[in-house]
Amino acid sequence: MLAFNFFGATEGGLFDINATLPLMAIQVVALTYILNALFFKPVGNVVEKREKFVSNNIIEAKNKLSEVKKLEADLLSQLQSARSEAQRIVSEAENESDKLYKEALELANNEANASKEKARLEIESQTSAAREQLSKQAGDLSELIVNRLILEK
Amino acid sequence: MFFNSLLTNFAALEVGQHLYWQIGNIRLHGQVFLTSWILLGALLVFISLGTKKMENDPKGLQNLLEFLWDYIRDLARTQIGEKVYRDWMPFIGTLFLFVFVSNWGGALIPWRLIKLPSGELGAPTADINTTIALALLVSLSYFYAGLSNKGWRYFEYYVHPTPIMLPFKILEDFTKPLSLSFRLFGNILADELVVGVLVFLVPLILPIPVMFLGLFTSAIQALIFATLAAYYIGEAVEEHH
Repeated sequence: MLAFNFFGATEGGLFDINATLPLMAIQVVALTYILNALFFKPVGNVVEKREKFVSNNIIEAKNKLSEVKKLEADLLSQLQSARSEAQRIVSEAENESDKLYKEALELANNEANASKEKARLEIESQTSAAREQLSKQAGDLSELIVNRLILEK
Repeated sequence: MFFNSLLTNFAALEVGQHLYWQIGNIRLHGQVFLTSWILLGALLVFISLGTKKMENDPKGLQNLLEFLWDYIRDLARTQIGEKVYRDWMPFIGTLFLFVFVSNWGGALIPWRLIKLPSGELGAPTADINTTIALALLVSLSYFYAGLSNKGWRYFEYYVHPTPIMLPFKILEDFTKPLSLSFRLFGNILADELVVGVLVFLVPLILPIPVMFLGLFTSAIQALIFATLAAYYIGEAVEEHH
């Protein structure tokens, strides 16, 4: 004890260990229970409740976000299909009108050709009739000339 | 003996003197209990005020207490591990708060103004009894933690990773409480002595930086004590593979 006593204490000294030690230990253990009841449990409950609340909200928000993304993709695909459908209808209609146009054109062409052909045949027959008449008149005329020449002699 | 008489001359410091309380035939250091009751009373009042009306949106004191709780949880969780830190968080937190409040209370409150018949009031952690009590509680805790979590397999720790470690691990069981108690005791006492001597020699301005250093040391010592206690418990409950 002398070695420990060099700080000049007459009694006790720095390293005077006595019943303070176990009593302090009991006091600290009691304090642990008191603080657990007053501080660690209630504050822990509040903090952990809030942490749970926040994490639940985050999960919920994530779920909602994924749902929104799914709906968005759904809508986008619907839009796409509607657009392609419209395209299809437009092209169908175009084909249809094209076909109708071609048909009408062909019909008109045929008609025109037929009437052209008819006119040509008519012209031809008239020409041949005229030519026949002309040759007949020419024959008559030559006969007349011949007759007259013969008679005058 | 020159050294001795030189130090005795700093009568104002009264180092190693105690206010003895005699109960039956046991003797107590009264000044340690007086200061610890005042400081712990203040701590409990502070905590009851802060937890009186707990809300989901923390306001005022509740914020501070929640920060403290979070700090202690992080400390316990990182040292002890996810599995059992909940069981030990109140103990680690109490150690931290007790040491912190004792250290800062000893450094911040001008106890010297209160005259005692013998000894003087100061940080409860500047008394070897307090620090040994805390260190022994830590020792008991880590033994209890190890045995309750792993049963007899706890003693595998002593031969892990090789049986050569056995004597060192046994020695550690003695050096752990010794180093814990003496580190805290030495730091806080030294801080009180340095401030005391400086105040005695140069009463103005000069002690202030040392006082700030003392506050810093006090906080760090509380953190070290709690961290080491948690580390020892974590070491005891850790599973070796």
